[in-house]
Amino acid sequence: MNETQTQLDIDREKGNFRYNVDYEFDAGTGLNEKTIDYICDVKDEPDWIRKFRKDALKKFLEKPMPTHWASHDLENIIFDKIRYYLSQGGQKPKKTWDEVPEDVKRTFERLGIPEQERKFLAGVEAQFDSEAAYSNIKEAVGKQGVIFMGSTDALKEHPEIFRKWFGKVIPTGDNKFSALNSAAFSGGSFIYVPPGVKVTHPLQAYFRINAENFGQFERTLIIADEGAEVTYMEGCTAPKFDTATLHSAVVELVALRGAKIQYITVQNWSNNVFNLVTKRGLAMEDAEVKWIDCNIGSRLTMKYPGVVMKGRRARGEVISIALAGDGQHQDTGAKMVHAADETTSNIVSKSISVGTGRATYRGLVKIPSHLKGCKNNTECDALLINTSSRTDTYPAISVRGTGNACQHEASVSQVSSEQIFYMQQRGLTEAQAMSLSVNGFVNDLVRQFPMEYSVELKRLIDLEMEGSVG
Amino acid sequence: MKHLKIDNLHVSIGQSEILRGLSLDLPTGQVHAIMGPNGSGKSTLAKVIAGHPDYTVTSGDILVDGESILEMEPDARARQGIFLAFQYPSEIPGVTIANFLRAALQARLPEGKELEATEYYAKLYEKMDLLEMPRTFTSRAVNEGFSGGEKKRCEILQMAMLQPTFALLDETDSGLDIDALKIVSHGVNSLRGPETGMLVITHYQRLLNYIVPDFVHVMVNGRIVESGTKELALKLEAEGYDWATEPEAEAVAV
Ligand SMILES: Nc1ncnc2c1ncn2[C@@H]1O[C@H](COP(=O)(O)OP(=O)(O)OP(=O)(O)O)[C@@H](O)[C@H]1O
Ligand SMILES: [Mg+2]
Repeated sequence: MNETQTQLDIDREKGNFRYNVDYEFDAGTGLNEKTIDYICDVKDEPDWIRKFRKDALKKFLEKPMPTHWASHDLENIIFDKIRYYLSQGGQKPKKTWDEVPEDVKRTFERLGIPEQERKFLAGVEAQFDSEAAYSNIKEAVGKQGVIFMGSTDALKEHPEIFRKWFGKVIPTGDNKFSALNSAAFSGGSFIYVPPGVKVTHPLQAYFRINAENFGQFERTLIIADEGAEVTYMEGCTAPKFDTATLHSAVVELVALRGAKIQYITVQNWSNNVFNLVTKRGLAMEDAEVKWIDCNIGSRLTMKYPGVVMKGRRARGEVISIALAGDGQHQDTGAKMVHAADETTSNIVSKSISVGTGRATYRGLVKIPSHLKGCKNNTECDALLINTSSRTDTYPAISVRGTGNACQHEASVSQVSSEQIFYMQQRGLTEAQAMSLSVNGFVNDLVRQFPMEYSVELKRLIDLEMEGSVG
Repeated sequence: MKHLKIDNLHVSIGQSEILRGLSLDLPTGQVHAIMGPNGSGKSTLAKVIAGHPDYTVTSGDILVDGESILEMEPDARARQGIFLAFQYPSEIPGVTIANFLRAALQARLPEGKELEATEYYAKLYEKMDLLEMPRTFTSRAVNEGFSGGEKKRCEILQMAMLQPTFALLDETDSGLDIDALKIVSHGVNSLRGPETGMLVITHYQRLLNYIVPDFVHVMVNGRIVESGTKELALKLEAEGYDWATEPEAEAVAV
């Protein structure tokens, strides 16, 4: 029995290790114009980006913390103590793992990234603090004209596509954190899939925070041209620190006519991370944007992936699983903006609260009255593990007009002590019983994940539950 | 041979005492039936043996081969061979019978040993055939949306898979139609043998025509007031419990 626990403990702490790294580039603490100049100089960025960043900084400073509706825990982020840019091996990611500096390579090997790449991925980008240490795309995929590179390289190498969409799906001033990201962004992926190209294997990015008192601000832009299809997956971990770490990404997706983008996240942040992310997709005629979002860990996550359905018959979908462990707050949801006739959206959200964990669902569905034949389906289910757990639902559904349909279902259930006893009576420990119940609860959603990720997800749930009892 | 011994057991829930000095000996190889009026404490007895946390043992003991199991967690008792077929089985949404039983069997294996999938499914299908359960059941969530009879059949399937040393069957016959009763009894009988001891709780003598007990005990008010052979069940069927609940009957209690 003891042996099991040790083994599981090591696993649960999968991301909780850290090698000492010397940072060659360090913008120091705090964010001001000088920090931005430092980042622009180091990255050798064009002037329009410098201006873009400085405008964003103004907006960030102007905007109040959204504590009038969101958690007051946000007030505990001390922006002046955070380091906004840290990089070790320079700004150019390596194309082979052999070239990646040893300690950084060791980190990603321990997280299993090179192995996954060999097994089932079409391309990988591995970001270590502010910059990607490794970025590579399989030759066959590159030959199809697919571009997969870091956002810094993309804005220099492909300005014509990059500038056209950058900041268009999520304007700088969308919210305080999108402004922060726009001012300090570094890393993240740029993907362009040419018309009609269907990328059969997923492209993956892995975001690793290694440094203390650090903020990671990756910026991702994915464009699927007409009839193209792509699946992108991201994973993330950070070691546990006593101090707060900030992760604030902006992800913009553009699915042109008839294109399909699927974006999968499995995050496993340590519970000192403030994870404040803005994610939105634009779906043109007959296009589809699907977010599959799984949030485990972090101190506070605020994330509401959205889809703006701009073309006729466009489809948007958000499938999300949030697990709020002891002391954690998962504030997640979805935004569906219908902006054309016959657009359909689907939201399925499942949250699990353990111990003092708190899960909040916020949904926004907008169907204006002049549209016809639009449909939304929203389901949100919450599972409470202990009596001290908490869940709240704030659906804001504004459906106007008579030719539109909206369906909304919500449920809250609890793992009862009788259920746990029943399972224990069959020989499962209390932790195994809880973990199986939780897995059962999310089972139908997990099936939508690619195999490799659903196995990982199941394991993460097991480990989280193992930690939640006695 | 193994031995489950209940020794002068007193059990309370909150302030009220439910079992009041109950003793019972169940060696493997025997089937004991317990009958008794509603609320007499039959399910309580079964759940206390299984280690249900709501009940407090105020005195007495439960022993397996002379060792007290009172300090053991329910799952440890289960892995030691105690199985309870619940009167009211819980639903486990989203967890399929196949996955559930697999996890339960896996939990019995030593560290680092993986359950062999092909053997597992072969055994599962064999037991399902025995209980005439359609294969589609494997992919249904445990007890979720099951009819009363299906739940009971699922309990026996689990028992057949886990092969307990001591099986406690709490009103497994209630909710079963006559055909199902025969099938389930057949399933239970196929597990009878020198390695297994069974405690069968029922209200109906009819079940005991199919699962013929070695001993029948009558439980009233948290105690066993009369023990005998299977003929005792016929007497109960004919006369009810009135004779046993009368004060002088308590005097003859074991
Ligand atoms: N959790 C509980 N809380 C309060 N009272 C309880 C609880 N469990 C059992 N009891 C009480 O203990 C007594 C015995 O209940 P038990 O379920 O053991 O009876 P039983 O003999 O199995 O009855 P039946 O034949 O109706 O199944 C009843 O009066 C019941 O109300
Ligand atoms: Mg009962």
